Amino acid sequence: MTLSKQQAPLAFAFMAMALIMVGIFQSWSLSLTILNYCLIASIMALGLNIQWGYAGLFNVGLMGFAALGGIAAVLVGMKPVPEAWALGGVGIGAGLLVTLGTIFLAITAYRRLPKGYVRGWGMGAIIVLGYFLARYFFDPATNQIESVNPAQTGFLGGLGLPIIFSWGVGGVLAAGVAWVIGKVTLGLRSDYLAIATLGISEIIIAVLKNEEWLTRGVKNVNGIPRPMPYEYDLQQQLWAQEWAAWFGADLQDFTSIYVKLCSAGLALVMLGVLYWLSQTAIKSPWGRMMRAIRDNETAALAMGKHVTGRHLQVFILGSAVVGIAGAMMTSFDGQFTPTTYNPLRFTFLVWVMVIVGGSGNNLGSIVGGFLIWFFWVEAEPMGYALLNLLTSGMADDSPLRAHLLDSAAHMRLITMGLILLVTIRFRPRGLLPEQSKQARSH
Amino acid sequence: MQDFLNGFMLLSNFLIVPATAYGSQLAMGALGVTLVYGILRFSNFAHGDTMAFGTMVVILVTALFQKMGLSIEPLPTALLAIPFGIAATTVMVLLSDRLVYRHQRKVRAAPVVFLISSIGLMFVLNGLVRFIIGTGDQRFGDGERFIIRFGEFKELTGLDEGIAFKTSQGLTIVTAIIVVAALFWFLERTRAGKSMRAYSDNEDLALLSGISPERVVMITWIISATLATIAGTLYGLDKGFKPFTYFQLLLPIFAAAIVGGLGNPLGAIAGGFVIAFSEVTVTYAYKKLLTYWLPESWAPEGLVQLLSTDYKFAVSFVILVLVLLFRPTGIFAGKSV
Repeated sequence: MTLSKQQAPLAFAFMAMALIMVGIFQSWSLSLTILNYCLIASIMALGLNIQWGYAGLFNVGLMGFAALGGIAAVLVGMKPVPEAWALGGVGIGAGLLVTLGTIFLAITAYRRLPKGYVRGWGMGAIIVLGYFLARYFFDPATNQIESVNPAQTGFLGGLGLPIIFSWGVGGVLAAGVAWVIGKVTLGLRSDYLAIATLGISEIIIAVLKNEEWLTRGVKNVNGIPRPMPYEYDLQQQLWAQEWAAWFGADLQDFTSIYVKLCSAGLALVMLGVLYWLSQTAIKSPWGRMMRAIRDNETAALAMGKHVTGRHLQVFILGSAVVGIAGAMMTSFDGQFTPTTYNPLRFTFLVWVMVIVGGSGNNLGSIVGGFLIWFFWVEAEPMGYALLNLLTSGMADDSPLRAHLLDSAAHMRLITMGLILLVTIRFRPRGLLPEQSKQARSH
Repeated sequence: MQDFLNGFMLLSNFLIVPATAYGSQLAMGALGVTLVYGILRFSNFAHGDTMAFGTMVVILVTALFQKMGLSIEPLPTALLAIPFGIAATTVMVLLSDRLVYRHQRKVRAAPVVFLISSIGLMFVLNGLVRFIIGTGDQRFGDGERFIIRFGEFKELTGLDEGIAFKTSQGLTIVTAIIVVAALFWFLERTRAGKSMRAYSDNEDLALLSGISPERVVMITWIISATLATIAGTLYGLDKGFKPFTYFQLLLPIFAAAIVGGLGNPLGAIAGGFVIAFSEVTVTYAYKKLLTYWLPESWAPEGLVQLLSTDYKFAVSFVILVLVLLFRPTGIFAGKSV
């Protein structure tokens, strides 16, 4: 596949051109915003590529892992709320202890008791009793925490640490949850894994929306510290004012672009590091083993490879990368809004990125991430322009025209679907196909 | 005794009747998924949005009928519109098969390629439905809203609690029985149905016996589109139509199909009711029931709700995992590909 060696720089040149066009025709600030999200999307696509491209694991729960990264940003970056801790800290702590104890007891019972009715009912009884005992501690504590100044806080707050740590914490959090899910579901068939991950991601979102003591729920968390400087602070700085004057730019525009360049730099470093790590991994003996398992599980099993163990490993690694991307996104946005997590946007769009970019090719995922995110954002103005053109013959007050123009935003979903369908039909291995001597079976 | 009956009425009103209706809707959805899985051998992620598409057509035709003054009081006008919805959805589904899936069948692509294609179709349909009808809530039920009213029932029996039996619930249950009976008659008795079962059982043997695969696939899509439209319309009459809700129905529907055993029609029905009843029982607040059934001094303080309704996805998920751990092929043995 020497062809793709030239295709990759071409694709990136094309993307750079596209971003520059947006800069010229729309605005540079928008262009940089798109670039930032493209970088984050690429990291997510990289995470999925580790799972799907390397190992063939069908994970449609990316939204959940991204949201776990988001909550990590809240828990690390926000200041703690001492009143809430004083009122409900003990109850929450006791509840958590009871939950952990219940899980421990249930697992012990599962291991120690002989197989049969005794074990089933015993475990059931432990879990039910543990559930009610935990609720006994949790319920009053959460009510008290949520009653502390509900308009401002009403939650426990975070640790007040530098926000950049949240990226790592997000990865670890996602990895931990992935471990639990993987333990339960990875022995199952691929379709079942898909539905199970879809379910767990909905559950994670439901928890984040409803457990107000932890996340403020639908009241959102605003004012999460950012890793970049704030525009307002910059505007007070002498050097910023001088630079802006030197560029001949408005001070506000200058600071906003400066901040976006900072975040782009951070994201670029992160993407570079993760790309290098995954590239090293796939080229190593471990990567060859993963591909061998993906292409022929039975043969790999016969060679003495621990297939389920490797699957678990790769599931955890990929989810951690998605968690990091989720934390980055929330920390750049400076706010955590559980209602924005939508499976189409956070799970299936990433799938489109990986398939279009080329499953199994890290560079392909990055290209896919850029391309698809770009079209996702730009499909709306493009769709609007297209509909405007198509309906220009109609009267200005025509209700059909108004309806069509109002609905232009939904064009992006149709566009994404068509891109995916065309790719899988005419170029099933993606824009930059996997580089290996052995072609994939499909 | 009075208290016991009151409690029982409460239970039927808020638990048994809604869960039965919801279970019938899920069962019809899961039947479509399970048939496609049995014949085409992939999990159709576009099924939720196929339901949304069918329901959308029904809503639009209903609106047209209402404008024309057509109605079948006391039944909802939407029933008249269902055949049009089915026709439109069938055309759409057959067209998508022609454009998307047929090529993959020809190159004998892996099941997961079909799955990914269905995700693409899901995007397109989702966008199309939102494009045409918008993202908002649509209520399109008309006609008599209740079969038995709460007040009437109370007067009739002299109990403190009554049953309010909604028309949409009654319709759902009756329709589900008719549809399922017709489907099983078709699968068991007709030539086309038999060839479908043969194809699902053993593809090579079916081909050898001269069964045309394209015909079987076409019939499967038609049935799946019909079931999706009916299930979607009934769900919409019962709980209102919103495109995103239909997309989210994918999870309980798949859970139902898998719990029952993917590829097994009987299992899909059982799975639908298992999921619906567990969802409703776990998220129901038992406070009032317990005040009837327990001595007064034991009356509970809280709502006695095991899980808040926002966590209903968790119920489908937990049941799914439990069944898969203990019976990996589902309650009724499904097929594994």
